[in-house]
Amino acid sequence: MSPPLEHDYIGLAPPEDLKGTELRLGLPGSQSPDRRPAATTTLDLLPPKGAKRVFAGKEKAEEADGEDKKVAAPPQPAAKAQVVGWPPVRSYRKNTMATSQLKSSKEEPDVKQGQGFLYVKVSMDGAPYLRKVDLKTYKNYKELSLGLEKMFVGFSIGRSGSNATSGKEGVSESRNDGELVLTYEDKDGDWMLVGDVPWEMFTDSCRRLRIMKSSDAIGLGYLSYLSAKCPLGLRKMFHSKVRGQVQEQELK
Amino acid sequence: MTYFPEEVVEHIFSFLPSHSDRNTVSLVCKVWYEIERLSRRSVFVGNCYAVRPEQVVRRFPNVRALTVKGKPHFADFNLVPPDWGGYAGPWIEAAARSCVGLEELRMKRMVVSDESLELLARSFPRFKALVLISCEGFSTEGLADIASHCNVNLNLNCFGACLVDSRTLPQLRHLRELDLQENDVEDRGPRWLSSFPDSCTSLVSLNFACIKGEVDSASLERLVAKSPNLRSLRLNRAVSVDTLSKILLRTPNLEDLGTGNLTEEFQTESYLRLTNALEKCKMLRSLSGFWDASPACVPFIYPLCHQLTGLNLSYTPTLEYSDLTKMISRCVKLQRLWVLDCISDKGLQVVASSCKDLQELRVFPSDFYVAGYSAVTEEGLVAISSGCRKLTSLLYFCHQMTNEALLTIAKNCPNFIRFRLCILEPRKPDATTNQPLDEGFGAIVRECKGLRRLSISGLLTDKVFMYIGKYAKQLEMLSIAFAGDSDEGMMHIMNGCKNLRKLEIRDSPFGDGALLGNVAKYETMRSLWMSSCNVTLKGCEILASKMPMLNVEIMNELDGSCEMEENSVDPSRVEKLYVYRTTAGARDDAPNFVKIL
Repeated sequence: MSPPLEHDYIGLAPPEDLKGTELRLGLPGSQSPDRRPAATTTLDLLPPKGAKRVFAGKEKAEEADGEDKKVAAPPQPAAKAQVVGWPPVRSYRKNTMATSQLKSSKEEPDVKQGQGFLYVKVSMDGAPYLRKVDLKTYKNYKELSLGLEKMFVGFSIGRSGSNATSGKEGVSESRNDGELVLTYEDKDGDWMLVGDVPWEMFTDSCRRLRIMKSSDAIGLGYLSYLSAKCPLGLRKMFHSKVRGQVQEQELK
Repeated sequence: MTYFPEEVVEHIFSFLPSHSDRNTVSLVCKVWYEIERLSRRSVFVGNCYAVRPEQVVRRFPNVRALTVKGKPHFADFNLVPPDWGGYAGPWIEAAARSCVGLEELRMKRMVVSDESLELLARSFPRFKALVLISCEGFSTEGLADIASHCNVNLNLNCFGACLVDSRTLPQLRHLRELDLQENDVEDRGPRWLSSFPDSCTSLVSLNFACIKGEVDSASLERLVAKSPNLRSLRLNRAVSVDTLSKILLRTPNLEDLGTGNLTEEFQTESYLRLTNALEKCKMLRSLSGFWDASPACVPFIYPLCHQLTGLNLSYTPTLEYSDLTKMISRCVKLQRLWVLDCISDKGLQVVASSCKDLQELRVFPSDFYVAGYSAVTEEGLVAISSGCRKLTSLLYFCHQMTNEALLTIAKNCPNFIRFRLCILEPRKPDATTNQPLDEGFGAIVRECKGLRRLSISGLLTDKVFMYIGKYAKQLEMLSIAFAGDSDEGMMHIMNGCKNLRKLEIRDSPFGDGALLGNVAKYETMRSLWMSSCNVTLKGCEILASKMPMLNVEIMNELDGSCEMEENSVDPSRVEKLYVYRTTAGARDDAPNFVKIL
């Protein structure tokens, strides 16, 4: 069995000083894919001079390198940086694979679906292992939030509005680095914020969940978008983690 | 030699294997030029804009097989804007006027219209083979014309993004080969299969893997039943296991098979029938397809594995490394393997220990995003190189690479002809030392003296180009992305690689200095592509003025895709540059975003 893959879609490695305390996802003894230290950020993937980028903002070939590190990206899901025509794979192959993966999502190890259940993996950044939840046991986002809260201490998205409309009118937390957000990977492989679409649509397309640090989204212009929805509970939980403690009581 | 009668000289020329040899003898003297040109049967035009169609048909009036290529290679990755050019029309028209004996036409990355196909159908009574690779612009109506007018055996291969309506294919009466690879097919229903004539067909090859829709099983079975010459059959996803089994009972001479649907929802009985049917195909050497294949189906392929020389599992993300290795470890005669990176390094080790005859390996990414994870690293390739010493052709997408690995690989496999390495993250350094990968690629070009095609990736400085220029003397095609520090890098290539024909560069800091450093070189090359580099309009203008026999095309797109950059594009910077030698002068079919200097 292959070790669980942590798709680090942001591409950012954890800051050096936290490396010692960092609890990586994965089975004991397994190794996450080797990642370069954060000397280069994701943004270096977007080549500096004269590159054509999907999200590109201002671009001048002769501009100083300082400009290169910034990317003014539109609010996209905190997912993967894209460069036109890279990797060099023919469109036919990309399209065919996308269809394959859509069809085979039922077979995905992440999602076990049967007559009355829909288990998806839930990962939380820094937790030593993943959990699984049955989405069918919840009827709406609030119930999901409560369920996850039981699994991971202090967690709640209920307060920001858990009905079909997005949680914009809900909690607007202060924007500091300690916030966590709940995201999910949909059938297309994109990482989305939980709460935008109607519950049924969400359960239909959700392949796995990830509780991530909103600080991971810095630089992709996503922080401001996320922090408005950040649940109070997640923030609390992160604070306690940073103090070096792992809250054990929710784990049975 | 000049005292021999013409027929004898012509006969001697007929033994010359390659186009370049024939080109060479035609330069010896006028007599030989004449003899050669009148007896030339096969003409290859590597760049459709390098020469006027009329010139070609005038020089070679008796040509039987014509091959023409259009768009630059990077068009495969959407770097060439649509409507750039590469029209087949002028070629077909010119041939129609002068070469009535044309039998075969092959086109790659060209735009082929229905009108052209109709003209083609009407103009050549002996026409029998149409091969379209990565072409576009035509529909079923055009194919219908080919079908209805061509009374002789027809070999139709379509690869790549072209629109082919499944409804029209039927009317190909004397079809020998219908091979549609990697097409975007507009499906209009399953009737096309039943429209083949009732009598026995001369069908040798049928490939409709890219047709997305349903297929009428009964028609397919009937067609196969009346095609005793069938050697190659590639089905699409809609064909069930049961249909496949029935078909295979009728095709004992099948050499190449692309499976249909192999997902899980089948009874074991179906699979047993499949195994029985497969066992009857003693000639089967090559296997592909495996769309959405479920791991449960894999054991039923086992009886076949020992005789396979070609295996394509690169469209099968559903098989994990253990399933893949169980299959591959039995394929001891394998020469060509295409697979996804889910095979992982461990799986590649199994390949290395099982497939000692392997000559070509392609490992494709299953995650197409730049920061995507891949289970394949340098370790897999090192294992392959140490187990598969006959390896000559490689395309390898991976998560990381090291210099040490490349050095080992180079020593183990000095026979590489094609070495294409793509580290998914641009500019990624050596994974253990954090150094550039200059030394590693340097070792590759130093050891592999027969290297003809090279694609490099990862963190690379000008030094790697110094190595390439110094050692890669047989190199014909070089692909560069996100590499180099300065003009010097490109200069090393331009000055060192004597046999370079195609150079394509993207996102690298080469500017006017490099562009203009060795202008005479461009006359010896087919083409140069530079996109997202540092060349300016001024530099291109200078190049164009110094070298009148080159077409210097610049493309600054002003369409919607550039909206985000519209406020800051430096008008002097050239976004895309395509330079090629030509005897035809500036082309007159360029769209408005292409400026020819």
